[in-house]
Amino acid sequence: MTTLTKEAGAPVPAGADAFLSVRDLHVSFRTEDGVVRAVDGLSFDLERGRTLGIVGESGSGKSVTNLTILGLHNPMFTTVEGEILLEGQELTTARESELEKLRGNKVAMIFQDPLTALSPYYTVGRQIAEPYMKHMRASKKAAWERAVEMLDKVGIPNPGQRAKDYPHQFSGGMRQRAMIAMALVCDPDLLIADEPTTALDVTVQAQILDLLKDLQQEFGSAIIFITHDLGVIADMADDIMVMYAGGAVERGTVHEVLRAPQHPYTWGLLNSMPRLDSDPHAPLAPIPGTPPSLLHPPSGCRFHPRCTFQDRVGGTRCVTEVPLLGPDRSSACHLTADQKRTIFEEEIRPRLR
Amino acid sequence: MLRFLVRRSLGAVVILFLLSIVTFLLFFGMPRDPALLMCGKTCTPANLENLHRVLGLDKPIPEQYWIFLTNLVSGSDGFAQGPCPAPCFGYSYHSNEQVWGTLMDRLPTTVSLTLGGAVFFLVIGLGTGLIAAWKRGTLIDKTFTGGAMVISSMQIYFLGPLALAILVYQTQIFDKPAYHDFTANPAAWFGGLIIPWVVLSTIFASQYTRMSRSSMIEQLQEEHVRTARAKGMSRRYVFFRYAWRGSLIPIVTIFGIDLGSLLGGAIITEYTFGLPGLGRLAVESVFFSDLPLLLGVMLFSATMILLCNIVVDAAYAFIDPRVRLA
Amino acid sequence: MTEDLVLPAPREAATDAPGEPLLEVAGLVKHFPVKGGFPIRRTVGQVQAVDGIDLTVHVGESFGLVGESGCGKSTTGRLITKLLEPTGGRIAYRGKDITHATRRQLAPIRSEIQMIFQDPYSSLNPRQTVGKIISGPMEINRIEPEGGREKRVRELLEIVGLNPEHYNRFPHEFSGGQRQRIGVARALSLDPKLIVADEPVSALDVSIQAQVVNLLQKVQQELGIAFLFIAHDLAVVRHFVVRHFSQRVAVMYLGKVIEVGDRDSIYTRPRHPYTHALLSAVPEVNVGAEDDEEVPQRERIRLAGDVPSPISPPSGCRFRTRCWKAEDKCAAEEPPLIQLSGNHAGHLTACHFPEEPTIEARDEDIVLDPALAALEEDADD
Repeated sequence: MTTLTKEAGAPVPAGADAFLSVRDLHVSFRTEDGVVRAVDGLSFDLERGRTLGIVGESGSGKSVTNLTILGLHNPMFTTVEGEILLEGQELTTARESELEKLRGNKVAMIFQDPLTALSPYYTVGRQIAEPYMKHMRASKKAAWERAVEMLDKVGIPNPGQRAKDYPHQFSGGMRQRAMIAMALVCDPDLLIADEPTTALDVTVQAQILDLLKDLQQEFGSAIIFITHDLGVIADMADDIMVMYAGGAVERGTVHEVLRAPQHPYTWGLLNSMPRLDSDPHAPLAPIPGTPPSLLHPPSGCRFHPRCTFQDRVGGTRCVTEVPLLGPDRSSACHLTADQKRTIFEEEIRPRLR
Repeated sequence: MLRFLVRRSLGAVVILFLLSIVTFLLFFGMPRDPALLMCGKTCTPANLENLHRVLGLDKPIPEQYWIFLTNLVSGSDGFAQGPCPAPCFGYSYHSNEQVWGTLMDRLPTTVSLTLGGAVFFLVIGLGTGLIAAWKRGTLIDKTFTGGAMVISSMQIYFLGPLALAILVYQTQIFDKPAYHDFTANPAAWFGGLIIPWVVLSTIFASQYTRMSRSSMIEQLQEEHVRTARAKGMSRRYVFFRYAWRGSLIPIVTIFGIDLGSLLGGAIITEYTFGLPGLGRLAVESVFFSDLPLLLGVMLFSATMILLCNIVVDAAYAFIDPRVRLA
Repeated sequence: MTEDLVLPAPREAATDAPGEPLLEVAGLVKHFPVKGGFPIRRTVGQVQAVDGIDLTVHVGESFGLVGESGCGKSTTGRLITKLLEPTGGRIAYRGKDITHATRRQLAPIRSEIQMIFQDPYSSLNPRQTVGKIISGPMEINRIEPEGGREKRVRELLEIVGLNPEHYNRFPHEFSGGQRQRIGVARALSLDPKLIVADEPVSALDVSIQAQVVNLLQKVQQELGIAFLFIAHDLAVVRHFVVRHFSQRVAVMYLGKVIEVGDRDSIYTRPRHPYTHALLSAVPEVNVGAEDDEEVPQRERIRLAGDVPSPISPPSGCRFRTRCWKAEDKCAAEEPPLIQLSGNHAGHLTACHFPEEPTIEARDEDIVLDPALAALEEDADD
């Protein structure tokens, strides 16, 4: 189970058993137009072997958070505050050389578009072998053999030959398999997958998702799975964290969140999502408006300008007061627990079934 | 690869052929009679007519062109000045020298100037560009990019005389620029060309500094570079192994163009330093309406540019495995 | 934002009765040459992007075209809007052959067939104001609406849910969803009878995507415009294609239509193995299910590898190389697109060995991917 802590405010001591613990993380970029607060007070924990699905739209801060874990943000324009603890080791202040030892070794990443994420200049085998040589101090030959073994494991036919190919000679699905092989080559404890199937066709996506699940069984890695697609999350994750405009708005296990979602944004996402099993004649109910600019985020609850349930809270709380995200199963919304339950049961659920 | 070279060479021959036709037509479009120029002050109509006949200018243009082509391919003995083996461009109207021989005389100067300068500006330009990209945003970066900006706004005819005035005439640190045969005296060759090299390479290098820096910064933002960092590869390794290679593509392109046009004659540099290269020859040929020389220089320069283009395209394939030569 | 549409009364009485064929496509072929060879470059192969498809879109109908990348669905859209010249086959609009029509012959028809593109960023000229972009088609076709073009543009902006005051703004001042609305307004400016929408929402975020889908649907239903809706997302197509009299979907694979029919029939009673595989690959969410509720399980089919190259597609049935039911016959003989017994009228399938018409879970999953099969076998042991 993921343990969850209070959002914002005073830092809370990390859960003793958490493998990865993010505490009150703030990430902001300096741009020509001003300071973009990409992540604003985010906390979460992840245990070994679990899969955390982070769902959110573009600009929600989901990708930024995960680049920051590995220190892959551009330090020239970025300010990072808060704590990122990996097995108790603080990463936000860690030296570059220490981060290099973690990257690709204990923590590995898979990116969205395997065509641009793999170097066009080197063979697939070499790109997989590189981190193995570096982190395992393996010889060139041993690393190459390991690369071929990994390619075989992720289902590349004739891996000995294909390892000598360049990425452009692979098809889209095969490239993403190669990317997975590269990420798992050093048997990482944590795998961060950033929209790994968004650029793929649906039949290939299904293969890759299942492959990731099966490989997780074998390698026992924890996974942070970032996506905009709730369907993919439902398929992949143990726990869900819904992000909006730089902060988490709801979290819980997949079962909890999908059985009875609590946050108006989550409801909105579910209502806007066309599904194969819903009534096609019921029109989709989109979330009105557009995501806010993070240069000038809204006051109070960041979702309030698009929220249709504001009047049920009453007063100006939504505009003035930042709702907190409680530990474990919770949602950052000023509606009372009863209101959330009733609104979902009576107004949202009938539309979704 | 072989297929590529053969195909591109054939293409180049076609281009040269078309170019020679255009040059021919343009030459006869000029309202100047080369024979009149040669005829001199005591020119009589009879002399002029005689000259026309000797030079073959009385024949129709297509026939003249045909003669030019056959001479080029198989040589000719039909010149008053003597035999002319292939590749024969004939004899210069002005100097009465064999055109091909003149070209070969001038070539070492131009090649020395160009290749020496290219080594200088590539090393300096790429080096400072890489350092600026590595130190992006620091004082070093700002100094290099600022300096490059200032220098690239200068011109050879400003920087050249300035360098001559200070380094040669005032302080007498260096010799006056001149071309000495490399095989005869390498030290003199080097000493005579050092000033032109430095001036030429300073101006070119500043462009390469800016280009190399911006191309590097662009590459460093590529996703595959981020992936390499995410694998735990060190910054230096990623910089040189992943980013640098991609950044070379635009540089190779520009370098091919620069080198080709310099080999065809660096007109301003040659004039500034009084070096007798192909560039000066080109200007002279136009000045004296010297058709054989003009055609010779023109086709020679074009060949250089086309050759460099082929080499650049071949270089792409070495840098980027996605480029297939066919 | 509520989608209160302010719709002007149709300016000319609709002469077409719904159900009449509007666009008929027969045996449509588009091959792109592959250049190569030595010493003179010549055509050494053909990318068979679209290879003989038949489609009919009726007046006011909403027709969905689904398939994965490289199946030829976008090429089909571009052929129909005459942005590409077909290699073979016939395209008829209102019974008139427009396959190889010249620009002049096409002029009166061009305004009736409009296109909406996928990328809201690159499909609008960044140097033109919104007013200029939307009135562009009217200018080109020299159409002077009543009250002037500007009035019409403001009307259109209102129809697509944008502020008419934004007439003089530039595209970069709008978000992705708003730009797509501008694209819709431009397509509507000539009162089209048919709109070809090529992946109109796939570049948009989920919450914005729903806004645009709803807008297109309302436009379609209230203005009675026929839609050819091209998309890779099966769920989006299923939601878009709702029309009481006709709601058909065609599934494409490697340049061929492999199954076509009524939406519900395709989504719940598919017969072609590829349609089964596609549907089973869509990730599902069960929202609001009770703890004790029995959720019907869908079948699980995992294909192996990717789609083969359209330069040298497999002989016979093009899906056979990835199909679990393929036999010798599939390689030798191309299956015709026909009505199978037991299917609803108009549900055509191109398969020699069709599947049962159900998408419920099978006794055993079909896992063709060797790596998956190996891992799952290990896990079972």
